[in-house]
Amino acid sequence: MSEEETNVSEARSGATFLPAGDAAGQALDEDDLIVRPRGSRLRRARSVLLGAAGLAVVAYLVYAMATSPNVSWGVVASFFHNSKILAGLLVTLELTVLAAVCGGVLGVLLALMRVTRNAVLRTIASVYIWFFRGTPLLVQVIFLYDIALFIPQVGIGPFSASTNTLVTPFVAGLLALSLNNAAYVCEIVRGGIVSVDRGQIDAALALGLTPQRAMNRVVLPQALRVILPAYGNLFIDLVKATSLVSVIGLQELLTTAENIAENNYRVVELLIVACMWYLIVTTLLTLGQQRLERYLGRSTGASVPGRSLRQALGLGFLLRRGHVS
Amino acid sequence: MCPSVGDAVIRGTGTATSANGAPAVEVHRVHKRFGLVEVLCGISLAVQAGETVCIIGPSGSGKSTLLRCINHLETIDRGSIRIDGRLVGYDERAGQLIEARAADVAQRRAEIGMVFQRFNLFPNKTALGNVMTGPVLVAHLSKAEARGVAAAALEQVGMGEFGASFPAQLSGGQQQRVAIARALAMHPRVMLFDEPTSALDPELVGEVLGVMRELARTGMTMLVVTHEMHFAGEVANRVFFIDRGIVVEEGSPERVLHHPENPRTVAFLSALPAAQELA
Repeated sequence: MSEEETNVSEARSGATFLPAGDAAGQALDEDDLIVRPRGSRLRRARSVLLGAAGLAVVAYLVYAMATSPNVSWGVVASFFHNSKILAGLLVTLELTVLAAVCGGVLGVLLALMRVTRNAVLRTIASVYIWFFRGTPLLVQVIFLYDIALFIPQVGIGPFSASTNTLVTPFVAGLLALSLNNAAYVCEIVRGGIVSVDRGQIDAALALGLTPQRAMNRVVLPQALRVILPAYGNLFIDLVKATSLVSVIGLQELLTTAENIAENNYRVVELLIVACMWYLIVTTLLTLGQQRLERYLGRSTGASVPGRSLRQALGLGFLLRRGHVS
Repeated sequence: MCPSVGDAVIRGTGTATSANGAPAVEVHRVHKRFGLVEVLCGISLAVQAGETVCIIGPSGSGKSTLLRCINHLETIDRGSIRIDGRLVGYDERAGQLIEARAADVAQRRAEIGMVFQRFNLFPNKTALGNVMTGPVLVAHLSKAEARGVAAAALEQVGMGEFGASFPAQLSGGQQQRVAIARALAMHPRVMLFDEPTSALDPELVGEVLGVMRELARTGMTMLVVTHEMHFAGEVANRVFFIDRGIVVEEGSPERVLHHPENPRTVAFLSALPAAQELA
């Protein structure tokens, strides 16, 4: 795609270097008339100017950061591998994976509830989604951490325990992230299921598959192609959302960074360290998502619609030479 | 919606049941309603083993719904449908038909092949993968056995070389032939064709009809909903003209297509663009 694009724009800009005489009305054979895009010289000048202006702004910001007397890059480097930071990163990753698994399972169940004929199950799922998508995740985190305030005991008879001992910050955080994630997973999965043509179910049933197996073996694998890109974004959001559990004091990446900063007053440096780790994780996930999408898209023969790395990083304007309108 | 009881059905000769018992397909006074619209109005027909019948009629007459009822993709409201003398989709209990268990319904459907207007191939599987689906997931063959069955079925429809192709890489005619192979791989007792060439470009119709003609020659029992009057005239043992949810006229293709008696059949046939060619 990008190669073609570049070639096309080169070919077009090449046409702008015609000898001036042609334009001045020298008669040409009709077959030889050369077509060139309207106003391409101006457009080219404008894009060069815009690019230069953008680069100037970026260069200034980088310079300001690099030379700021308030940012010590040596401190950033020394805390990048700090064992506490790495432990915090590990908690962040654990929280992400566990919440994704719990949220994923619950989300698929909710999605199936939403597409059944059973009106009660459908309504339960709808209300669940209404609540968890309609309230902020931060509030849900705090709420679940304080759940002991209105459910002091859980369990039956002798098998009960005080909620306070069960709901540690980790459990509360995991619960909030999972329940919230499930609501979004549900909507993504449901969208995937309804995107599969009804004829696919007909074909599966006609072959002799039961409705259950038609769903599992025919519909869901196809729904995956619609689900996956959206789910990838959701998963990346989940990595970042784990930082919200810092409000209940769970020692994940952000909390760890903040705690260190409280002692050494290197607030900016430690936030930079945290950001770098978040970026590393999300970039790796983005790459993994692209590979998976390409694998799933292989049967259509079409490439995955425009999300190459440079586009994901937003660097497209640096590589594109002109506009293709 | 439904025609009045007095509406005479014209039946030609050749409807007698075969000597060896029940017909391959027997539809008995089936009613089907979608909301307020009654699509099938007590329709009855019987198809003998080895017969190829074509079902023709105006759009909205209930042809496709009838086929979908035969393998229970649609429920019915009254009447009964039997394949080889056994009910499809229902169990009889105390004079009433109760919907059968999903697993039982699926087992009956496995004996009935169906080919759809829009092919409905699984886009995420290769041609071979499509044809293997039934043998693996329903007949529980091993992958190796299923591959053998599927390859033979693809060979039968002239698609043996295209096993590794995905549906998106095939033409409409090729896709439909793969869809026929997918149904054949289950060794069905009956094949249902729901307008199998209606979604094809004109130049691709021939290859699909050719495969179906061959299949009819092998003695497969076939019910074909079609607008291809040439095919009906040439291949069908009998033709059913359906209008407003009942069989209006039936008989040999010669009789129904060339010498129709019911005014509705006459009107339908004369409105077809190919009417001149038929005459």
